[in-house]
Amino acid sequence: MAISKVWVFAEADGDKPTSATLELLTKARELGGTLEAVHVGPNADALAPGLGEHGATTVYAVDPGDSLPGAIAAAALESLVGEHRPDVVLFAQSYDGRDALSRLSVKLDRPVLTNGTSLRVDGDKVVVGAAIFGGNTLVDTEFVGEAPFLAAIRPKSFAAEPSGGGPAAVVTVPAPDAGRAGEAKVRERHVEEREGPKLEEAAIVVSGGRGIGSAEAYEPLVEQLAKLLGGASGASRAIVDAGWVPYSKQVGQTGKVVKPKVYLALGISGATQHMVGMKGSENIIAVNKDAEAPIFGIADLGVVGDVHQVIPKLIEALRSRS
Amino acid sequence: MNIAVCVKQIPDPNVPGKLDDDRTLDRSGKPQIDDSDMYGVEMALQLVDKAGGGEVILVSMAPNGEVAGLRTGLAMGSARAVLVSDDALAGSDALSTAKVLAKAVERAGGVDLVLTATESTDGYTGTIPAQIAELLGWPSLTFAKKIEVGDGTVTIQRQTEAGYDVVEASLPAVVSVTAGVVEPRYPSFKGIMAAKNKPVDQVTVTDLGLDPSQVGWSGARQQIVSVGAAPQRQAGEKIQDDGEAYQRIVSFLEDLKVV
Repeated sequence: MAISKVWVFAEADGDKPTSATLELLTKARELGGTLEAVHVGPNADALAPGLGEHGATTVYAVDPGDSLPGAIAAAALESLVGEHRPDVVLFAQSYDGRDALSRLSVKLDRPVLTNGTSLRVDGDKVVVGAAIFGGNTLVDTEFVGEAPFLAAIRPKSFAAEPSGGGPAAVVTVPAPDAGRAGEAKVRERHVEEREGPKLEEAAIVVSGGRGIGSAEAYEPLVEQLAKLLGGASGASRAIVDAGWVPYSKQVGQTGKVVKPKVYLALGISGATQHMVGMKGSENIIAVNKDAEAPIFGIADLGVVGDVHQVIPKLIEALRSRS
Repeated sequence: MNIAVCVKQIPDPNVPGKLDDDRTLDRSGKPQIDDSDMYGVEMALQLVDKAGGGEVILVSMAPNGEVAGLRTGLAMGSARAVLVSDDALAGSDALSTAKVLAKAVERAGGVDLVLTATESTDGYTGTIPAQIAELLGWPSLTFAKKIEVGDGTVTIQRQTEAGYDVVEASLPAVVSVTAGVVEPRYPSFKGIMAAKNKPVDQVTVTDLGLDPSQVGWSGARQQIVSVGAAPQRQAGEKIQDDGEAYQRIVSFLEDLKVV
């Protein structure tokens, strides 16, 4: 079976496609066949140039209104898939992507492969690679049975590169009635103030773990250093679980995957859960009291020491330079 | 108000995992409740308490009648559990698992709200919450960092890339909770003793009205084609802080031209 049509579930960041969407489109071009996008949101027209520039010829656009998009997306995709028969439908491993993918898998009674970090067509098979056991083991899994094959790919798995295409043609599709499943409504949207770059896109990431000692230490150690370096602040799961910082800062298997130029791990021991989210960083600096901490096994520069001693001096030294 | 909480019993996550010869997870060690599920259990207990009545019912599936992890949730205060245990479940993929859990929620009876983690710590497919909701025909409110229930509706703060959204739906509904949403309690001695006598309704796939050929190996429509070691990073320079180690960090950053 050659791949004749690939779909990408396109998501928006403001009036642009998310970087994960562009990564998926770039990879999807390699699989062959027609490449199209489906967007569930209010401004497909604004996304069409970016989607087209990365290879999508058409974007099917569904406006969910104030409904939480997942259920509406799945209902729309069910009928669109029936009509247009894509071989593969790719989703980003994102909040809305996961909702839509999960519900669609039930509607179509098709299996899902998630957390993909690689994707290839092998003869008549579609193979998704994912990391398990904290990224130490790579597993390739193929779909068995009939298309469409539904997969979720982790952001940052591929590089986004434009193909130079013109804007994707926008095909507006009315929002379907998803019944009770579609009843969840978005009542308010809160945008958290963020200084500096997004965690997933920052060239420098400074993360804190349990070794920083308390919630109060996060701002003066982690956030201050991140700010000074023009980077973003992150966290290990341990301190997110402890309620010190919000989930949006979590780097790891169940959080975000980051691949910055420099990753600074402060008071992070290096649980496999965390390392899977940052070991793709170009350079890793770790500061930890425990000389045996696993993080030192992957750090390019490891400092065995107390973050409360080392980091204030580092911050002072960096401040005095600027 | 009755709340079903999906809980997974997993191998100790602090012990390096391995795959069995059949390429399923080695589950030979003593299983424990997935830490991620403790938040759902705690949240459910608090919501039922606030509602002034009702039960927290644990819903779980395991191939071998394992209850060790369920006892933790019962000791925390859950009233009872439904455990789907069947040899036919070995090798189940996420969709089959969701089919089983949705049926188990129906069996639990009179459930107003289903709470789940956002994903398990071991398999971390992350599709089960919305799959269960779709199978039940209910709304799903995912990635909750705060939950309120009142007057037949559930309102959550849903984690987003930019911050959070306030999302609302009528009950019954499925809500997935992010880690850290509440502080899970430690089971008391009294709770641990009481848990030993709490009912665990152990059922098979057939008891739930599902066809065993739809779950486990026979129902899975995905196949592992290769397993390999990921490329390992090498450790670099490691120094002991003598009070001046910060200078080495500065020069390291300078070499990378980021300062």
